Amino acid sequence: MRLRPNLLIGGTLLGFVFAVAAAALVWTPHDPVRTNLRRRLVPPSQNYWLGTDEFGRDVASRLMEGAVTSLSVAASTVVVALVLGMAIGLAGGFLRGWTDRILGAVNDTLLAFPGILLALGLLAVLGPSRWGIVLALGLAYAPSVARVVRGSVLSIREREFVEASRALGNSEGYTLLRHVLPHTAAPVTVLATSLFGWVILSESALSFLGLGVPPPAATWGNMLASARPFMDQAPLLSIAPGAMIATCLLGVNLLGDALRDLLDPRDGA
Amino acid sequence: MRRGPGACGCSAEVLSYVLKRLLVALPTLLLVAASVFFLMRLIPGDPATVVLGDAATPEAVADLRIAFGLDRPVLVQFALWIERALGGDLGRSITSGEAVGPLILQRFQVTAAIVFASVGLAVLIAVPLGMLAAWKQNSWGDVAAVAAATFLLSIPSFWLGLIFLLVFGLWLGWVPVVGYVTFAEDFWGALHYIALPVATLALIETGVLIRMARASTVEVLRLDYIAHARAKGVPEWRVLARHAFPNAFAPTLTLIGLIMGSLLGGIAVIETVFTLPGLGRLLVEAIFARDYPVIQGVMLLIAVIYVVVNLVVDLLYPVFDPRVAAG
Repeated sequence: MRLRPNLLIGGTLLGFVFAVAAAALVWTPHDPVRTNLRRRLVPPSQNYWLGTDEFGRDVASRLMEGAVTSLSVAASTVVVALVLGMAIGLAGGFLRGWTDRILGAVNDTLLAFPGILLALGLLAVLGPSRWGIVLALGLAYAPSVARVVRGSVLSIREREFVEASRALGNSEGYTLLRHVLPHTAAPVTVLATSLFGWVILSESALSFLGLGVPPPAATWGNMLASARPFMDQAPLLSIAPGAMIATCLLGVNLLGDALRDLLDPRDGA
Repeated sequence: MRRGPGACGCSAEVLSYVLKRLLVALPTLLLVAASVFFLMRLIPGDPATVVLGDAATPEAVADLRIAFGLDRPVLVQFALWIERALGGDLGRSITSGEAVGPLILQRFQVTAAIVFASVGLAVLIAVPLGMLAAWKQNSWGDVAAVAAATFLLSIPSFWLGLIFLLVFGLWLGWVPVVGYVTFAEDFWGALHYIALPVATLALIETGVLIRMARASTVEVLRLDYIAHARAKGVPEWRVLARHAFPNAFAPTLTLIGLIMGSLLGGIAVIETVFTLPGLGRLLVEAIFARDYPVIQGVMLLIAVIYVVVNLVVDLLYPVFDPRVAAG
């Protein structure tokens, strides 16, 4: 097997972000939400590694807490999108007929919206909160999952081993779960990786707009939003959270490329 | 004039392809409008109460419900809404009382200028670069182009925008940090205001497009007809210009359509960074104010544009890759 720099670099970057989040669960240098108005916008020092923000909160601690928030919101969202999308895609692809036509029409309608726009519309209904974000983004991205799953189910259901399972007298439900579902794993894994990146980006964008995870909880997005007015006094406030998002996204994208090369039998183009 | 024997049959195929796509687009548009309409009906609270505030008398609320048509069956409301929307009437903003249609069009000009300029710029840079990288696949330049593209597409647009503002606005003082003038008021001034947002978006889209243009060119260059053309002794530049690049451009075109849509959907963050009075900003403000006629109007406009852009892309597809209409 040839050396895969994508896998190595992507894994390292994403590993770093996950390590930061894991560390934040047990320890942060300071309390991430504790304000101290006498120590506002302090430059980086040994005590405050990345300085403090406009409320005197420690930026390094907030970045660490932001990692926990972003990764947990992204992971929950991906799970919601996968469960919903796989249910719709499996049902449509396996049952075909009217079920497929109706599910397909709904799915195509939702795909006719840019994902982030659909999430914005849903947030208007759900209101900004951690679970609002998870639900809105999960619903917005589920149709892409459904399309991929339906496509691979349609090709898998014609294969001999599915026929064989039916011929053995297995029920449709058993055949679907035991023989069809596992074969969607490869495309779904590749998609889930990209999805994780999209959600990290969308969540930070929505939080940046003030429609995401509400303050005082720290997310990289809402840290960037509150840093904007203090850009010239404390540029690090605007630089650090974005660098974390970019590190995370670069890790996900490189890992996604590596996975596609590994799981897609066609020679990586 | 030389006409191939298949020319006539080919145009009939193209015509049926065009008609088929148009027929599919119409129900999609109707379903999109329906989902925007019914989504807003899910907002908790009665719109009449939202307008009048909590202190309103029940009689006032009832009167306004009749004025809004909220007392009629929901399907009738939907039909009336569609009828009015087709005539350009999208209702009035709850917060400012302005007509939503003209308000949206005015804000849309800002957004459209940024989106078209940045996508245009990105295509001009990325497509030739991606195709060149594919031609020299696995060369040092190719590896560098792919690495740079992956790096670019991993940068959040709003962060890059903030950094550009910091460097070019605050430190170097080349461009204004806040504000906007319209192109009609002051053409050069307006260019100054949209330069940074356009550069920000163009850079990130360049990353996405380089990868796509490269990947589809690599696929095409592997096909037999390219090897055949080369074996026939067709000069390399002609193999690329005549046989490889047009076909490779077709999948990239699809991506350009998708990018335009996601840009329109996500434009709010860039407009927030650069304090531009565009459509995205309007949508976010309306969400905060629960101004549902405005939310409905903006979502409808963006979704309709997205459907139409994708339709246009599909219709253009056979121009670059004739196999589509034939298949």
